[in-house]
Amino acid sequence: TVMAAPMTNDQSWFYALALGVSFLKCLLINAYHSTDFEVHRNWLALTHSLPVSQWYYEATSEWTLDYPPLFAWFEYGLSHIACFFDKEMLVVPNLNYASPATVLFQRLSVIVADVVFFYAVKECCKCLREDKGKDLLGKPSFILTGLLLWNFGLLIVDHIHFQYNGFLFGVLLLSIARHCQNRHFEGAFLFSVLLNLKHIYLYIAPAYGIYLLRCFCFTQSNAVLVTLGTIVLSTFAVSFGPFIGQLPQVLSRLFPFKRGLCHAYWAPNIWALYNIADKAFSILGVKFRLLDINKLPKASMTGGLVQEFQHSVLPSVSPLATLVCTLLSILPALFKIWHRPNGARGFLRCLVICALGSFMFGWHVHEKAILMAILPLSLLAVDSRKDAGIFLMLSVTGHYSLFPLLFTTQELPIKIFLMLLFTIFSLASLKTLFRKGGALLNPLEVTYLLGLIPLELICEFVYPLTVWQKTFPFLPLMLTSVYCALGVTYAFIRLYNSLLTCSDTTKKTKMQ
Amino acid sequence: MENWSLFSLCVLLGLTSRWAVSFHSYSGAGKPPMFGDYEAQRHWQEVTYNLPVHEWYFNTTNNDLNYWGLDYPPLTAYHSLVCAYVAKLLNPEWVELHASRGYESHSHKLFMRATVLFTDILIYIPAVLLYCFYFCDGFSKQKVATALCILLYPGLILIDYGHFQYNSVSLGLALWGILGLGLGWDLFGSLAFTLALNYKQMELYHSLPFFCYLLGKCIKQGLIGRGFFQLAKISLTVLVTFALCWMPFLSDPKQPLQVLHRLFPFGRGLFEDKVANTWCSLNVLIKIKTLLSRETQLFLSFALTLLFILPSSLKLLSKPNLWQFKLALVNSSLAFFLFSFQVHEKSILLAAFMLPLLVKDGLLLPYVVTSLAFLFLSLYLLSHLTRTNEPLFWYFPFLVISVATFVWLEPPAKFPDLFPVLVSILSFLHFLGFIIYFNLVQLMEPQRKKSQKKTN
Repeated sequence: TVMAAPMTNDQSWFYALALGVSFLKCLLINAYHSTDFEVHRNWLALTHSLPVSQWYYEATSEWTLDYPPLFAWFEYGLSHIACFFDKEMLVVPNLNYASPATVLFQRLSVIVADVVFFYAVKECCKCLREDKGKDLLGKPSFILTGLLLWNFGLLIVDHIHFQYNGFLFGVLLLSIARHCQNRHFEGAFLFSVLLNLKHIYLYIAPAYGIYLLRCFCFTQSNAVLVTLGTIVLSTFAVSFGPFIGQLPQVLSRLFPFKRGLCHAYWAPNIWALYNIADKAFSILGVKFRLLDINKLPKASMTGGLVQEFQHSVLPSVSPLATLVCTLLSILPALFKIWHRPNGARGFLRCLVICALGSFMFGWHVHEKAILMAILPLSLLAVDSRKDAGIFLMLSVTGHYSLFPLLFTTQELPIKIFLMLLFTIFSLASLKTLFRKGGALLNPLEVTYLLGLIPLELICEFVYPLTVWQKTFPFLPLMLTSVYCALGVTYAFIRLYNSLLTCSDTTKKTKMQ
Repeated sequence: MENWSLFSLCVLLGLTSRWAVSFHSYSGAGKPPMFGDYEAQRHWQEVTYNLPVHEWYFNTTNNDLNYWGLDYPPLTAYHSLVCAYVAKLLNPEWVELHASRGYESHSHKLFMRATVLFTDILIYIPAVLLYCFYFCDGFSKQKVATALCILLYPGLILIDYGHFQYNSVSLGLALWGILGLGLGWDLFGSLAFTLALNYKQMELYHSLPFFCYLLGKCIKQGLIGRGFFQLAKISLTVLVTFALCWMPFLSDPKQPLQVLHRLFPFGRGLFEDKVANTWCSLNVLIKIKTLLSRETQLFLSFALTLLFILPSSLKLLSKPNLWQFKLALVNSSLAFFLFSFQVHEKSILLAAFMLPLLVKDGLLLPYVVTSLAFLFLSLYLLSHLTRTNEPLFWYFPFLVISVATFVWLEPPAKFPDLFPVLVSILSFLHFLGFIIYFNLVQLMEPQRKKSQKKTN
């Protein structure tokens, strides 16, 4: 028999994976794109056609600029390349302009911007403990590359729905990699840049703040603290500098007063469970004559896709309340990191918990935000068994919760195939990596994940054929978000458990 | 990673690329009055659903054979009928007699694409997986790599999911036939191949090797005794399958004749368009299309096809083993492609040479992406898994790229067809080279590794 050919020590597999996924992204150029496509086209147009002073005042289109200035400069840079594809897309009044050249350009810009993500993943692989002599498919760096480059969430959100998350997460992962490599100034700089690209990353700023202060500043000289402060402040200065006169306007755009505790589609967080509990109580209350149906707020009984969900039994939730809940949820993790830093691993775990805590308790959270927890968790998953199990739970549930983003029939096979692809890859590769020591998931977890299959069948195949589709069209969405909320909450609790109970393994790991 | 997970990843990648290609345009999209192959398939659903069987292949007031008349064997017609029933359930307008001509809509496109995917998953993909699992040399990673390359082969994907055809059915059935023969299940193999033949008459390209292999095997087992018994069983299987497929057409002697007339339109001439075969290339030098009479053309093509196919078939007859069988398949299809009558450029299913056709269909982007992906992937896997780095491998991408460039450049005004013709002739020379090479390999059997003894 022919022996297994030994793999040479080359890195060509990385480029093969990167090239392969880029080809796949190219094939998806003609797929459905959401209104986010028009959002970015509008931003290309307004940064190109208007002077800087007008960028945050422009309101011809409903999709006003609501990202920080560095992203606006990014769009400005892109717009200069856009000229060569189709000049008409840069005209602001051309609302919903989507010529083939426009689609091609915008899709290609996302694909090309992903190069940043590729570079970041390569850097992250360097931070892993390498096992010599393992065959390629069992190497942690190969598995991590697969989990990140071929991440289902990124693929469908960026390359079908349309966003620039790959590029942004590239900056985040690069910052994390720099911290793992003890190049803290670079890491801090990259994170400041990231905050100025998309302010949603404020979710994880506490983790950065506490970690840097604890590990860096108070243990070394004051000069370090000053340098760090200078780096961060100067980044913000360069970004917001040109807009210093219009700061209130910019801030009002960045942090709009959004109506509604939940998005039209409930992100699978605590508030989804809260809403369901409220609805259940109100129904039970009416049934047992404890509540008068006429006294209940109208919106809660018609229910569904309204932005404003008024609670009838349980107390209403205000933005301030959610902020308090979020802070309370992440404080124990921050405390733990302050007391026992545990190096880069602990920082990463705290980061994931901050991301997940903000997802769980935040105001008007979008379900795409789950990626902020899943992607960094991949780094932990290839390093420890427990984290691999939590990752599997969170990623499968989180990815499934993204399904309603692609609601067209044409994209249905794509999302099912890609979901299966990623799930099988992550399950099989992590199982191979940690084959010693039993199963990664206990039977209850496996049952929960398998339950997603009947859920999908009911929501997307059976339910649309029933009479209730007309009267209660929101029911499948509600079911999906509630079911996934259970999994996400469970992952959150387990993550906390692993953080609070983990011993100080600073001596063992290479990730210091 | 375990084998089953690797194979499922390959399948899922193959399925994803197929469906992603299907987002793009199809042949004849938005081009009245004739449209293209997509409309032809829809029309066949309309005809088979609304008209009685004895009218399917005839020119009647209800069935205008000039507008995409049925020109595939009965199994295609039955397949269209089944699809038509489903179509009727979803939206009767899709198969309304006469009224649905040129019907185009987004949901209809989804339906048609879904029918291709369904038959692909049912027939072609399982055959490929089993083939790679049982009949590929090498350790498991090589088998998976082979499966991946086959599943991502751009020619089939672009024609089936882009241009629109059902090649995966006939190829899949033929592959099941090969599988059957390889596993020693001759009856099953013959059944599968007969079905393939009854789906697309193009499978005749592969029929002689099947015949010679089975006959040779029976002769080896002794024509008096077991061999004869086996031969009788196989012949019976084939005849019964044919009879079952053609049953509705056997009531009246005119029926099968008409069907055959539709399947083999000798009236259409030696070749159409630019095809990379002998006649088209020869026509550049000597205008044989006009010089020779139709009967002479027929005779010439028949004689040359026979000439090129005979050595390979006779060798297979004398040595009926699997390796010979596979080579004979290649040689036979090449011979038919190069020398037979009325060959279509699609027959070769080689993506590089179908570029003009695909550009016309609006499939340039998927063509570029799938071809490049396939090239890189196969070269990467080949160089890593077989530890060979022959410079010969780099010849093929170079060839493909130069062919593609030819198609892009502007030809001089005096010879507007210069570049397509050059491409045709270049391809023809390559195929001629292939057929000579593979014939030599099959006939002379140079020293090969006896590593796999999966022959029977």
